Amino acid sequence: MAAPLKWLRRNLVVVAGLLTLAYLIMPNIVVLVFSFNKPRGRFNYAWQEFSLDAWKDPCGVADMCGSLALSLQIAGWATLVATVLGTLIAFALVRYRFRARGAINSLIFLPMAMPEVVMAASLLTLFLNMGAQLGFYTVLIAHIMFCLSFVVVAVKARVMSMDPRLEEAARDLYAGPVQTFLRVTLPIAAPGIAAGAMLAFALSFDDFIITNFNAGSTVTFPMFVWGSAQRGTPVEINVIGTAMFAVAVLVVVAGQLISGRRQRAAAQQP
Amino acid sequence: MTQKSTGGDVRLSGISKTYGSFTAVHPLDLTVPQGSFFALLGASGCGKTTTLRMIAGLEDPTTGTVFLGDRDVTELPPYKRPVNTVFQSYALFPHLDIYENVAFGLRRRGIKSVKKQVGEMLDLVQLGDFARRKPHQLSGGQQQRVAVARALINHPQVLLLDEPLGALDLKLRRQMQLELKRIQTEVGITFIHVTHDQEEAMTMADTVAVMNAGRVEQLGAPAELYEHPRSTFVANFLGTSNLIEAEVVESGGTGPGAEIAVTAGGGKLRLPAGRSSAGGGSVGSKLLVGVRPEKISLALAEEAGSVPDGRNTVTGRIAASSFIGVSTQYVVDSPVGQGLEVYVQNTEHRDGLAPGADVVLHWNPDHTFGLDAAQDRTAGTEKVEDAT
Repeated sequence: MAAPLKWLRRNLVVVAGLLTLAYLIMPNIVVLVFSFNKPRGRFNYAWQEFSLDAWKDPCGVADMCGSLALSLQIAGWATLVATVLGTLIAFALVRYRFRARGAINSLIFLPMAMPEVVMAASLLTLFLNMGAQLGFYTVLIAHIMFCLSFVVVAVKARVMSMDPRLEEAARDLYAGPVQTFLRVTLPIAAPGIAAGAMLAFALSFDDFIITNFNAGSTVTFPMFVWGSAQRGTPVEINVIGTAMFAVAVLVVVAGQLISGRRQRAAAQQP
Repeated sequence: MTQKSTGGDVRLSGISKTYGSFTAVHPLDLTVPQGSFFALLGASGCGKTTTLRMIAGLEDPTTGTVFLGDRDVTELPPYKRPVNTVFQSYALFPHLDIYENVAFGLRRRGIKSVKKQVGEMLDLVQLGDFARRKPHQLSGGQQQRVAVARALINHPQVLLLDEPLGALDLKLRRQMQLELKRIQTEVGITFIHVTHDQEEAMTMADTVAVMNAGRVEQLGAPAELYEHPRSTFVANFLGTSNLIEAEVVESGGTGPGAEIAVTAGGGKLRLPAGRSSAGGGSVGSKLLVGVRPEKISLALAEEAGSVPDGRNTVTGRIAASSFIGVSTQYVVDSPVGQGLEVYVQNTEHRDGLAPGADVVLHWNPDHTFGLDAAQDRTAGTEKVEDAT
């Protein structure tokens, strides 16, 4: 009786951690498992039998891979533009004192605080009033806008903790403005910029509400999933979902391995 | 980008810096001879770091010119000046290892084979084994030495040190003071060192410029500044001084042996006319008379007869005493002033020198100095506490 209790007390942190992890990862496991299912009807909700059909031909469903490509394209561009702009804004807000700095500082957070559906509706009103044609570009503009604030937050935190003397030291050591930025500023700010970019990509890729309002006849991947869920859920959606999850995990693990090896290499030096 | 020239004096001509309505540095003329160890000493906010940054090019002077040798470098950006800086916080690049930190300046100047030079420089600061460590894996003292190596490897005409020892503990600071002095002697480069620590400035520098409120109060060798302060700020900021308000009763002549006599609290004191920065003074004018605590000897009042003739004497009562080890420090209240400080070497045990005892303070008149009485007597007494 006492032995298991003792064991539990010693390993409570590990047990709690594993339980939390299980809770977080459970939906992903369900998605993974059902990507190997062979449903009888149109809905992939009950387990029937094991099959590799969906994995062999993930683009077998009409229009799905087109919408996936479109989503990746939008996410890529939105990430690129939002990261560049957001990084510049973050540097400006931290490093310089200018008029309306305080106002910009708080306004930049508005897209994060505002309910998405409100923003989606007002963006649509704006686009319609301007006579813009809804489609790829309206979606891209909307995505850049809401990704921007997340990039600014991530980069700002990093830049704020950066010692401005480092750049002075670089200039003192014969590095001109461009060299200083490339050799010192950028590498030190890089983790913040990377975090902002990853966040932007994830947010843009799976955004539904704002996209749905402003896409016109264009169909992104989340819109495709939503649309097909009303008529039946193809197994291929689970395949794409699982693949995205696997890619994300691989990126994180690779990052951990690289930084771990670097630290070990540094520690092993005499 | 570096230019080797022989005349390497740093010359500041009418240099000043204002931020809005605040004047950080008043127009300043200063010449630092090539190869010297020069200290800018002052409390925080006195303009010493601003002066240093103007030499480095990190701050644009509002007026004036910076010369390196014969060359006007006022308009040159920092990366084109043959000047390097050791920053207060070291500012080592956290994403580069020690080797790359030290090689940074060479690489930026397009030098490809840096291995030999970096190796030699790391050996000079005794960090050869740490080349592949990251800055955060090093102790404060080691980081400080990397910062010195990173600047020195470029063979600058002038090395600027901005309170480089401020973050170190006392023992390490003493050690690094000697180390820096050794390196400076070895490489023969001009060092300009900014510090608020008067002991550090006096230990290391050949010449010290004491700065206060954006102006250089006095400039000279450490011993010269200590023995002949010309303002109350210097008298109080460098060590401790007893300053007594007095009235001139005998104006000194101009000859070498001329003396001024003053009265203070009913007693008469004398000082050499040459040691009064306020000049000989006319009879009846005010004068601040100063003497360093360690120059004063103490005698019990009943032994007053044993005090040799010709010495300045003041009577008083011991208010407090504290035993320091090598010396005992007494605070004496006297008719000429409250809270006079006296340091007595603990060469022999002295009975009776306890709080409440009536005593006679006496010292050699040659150790007395005179200051203009129009100044604030307490200027420079509130020192910046040493960082621990």
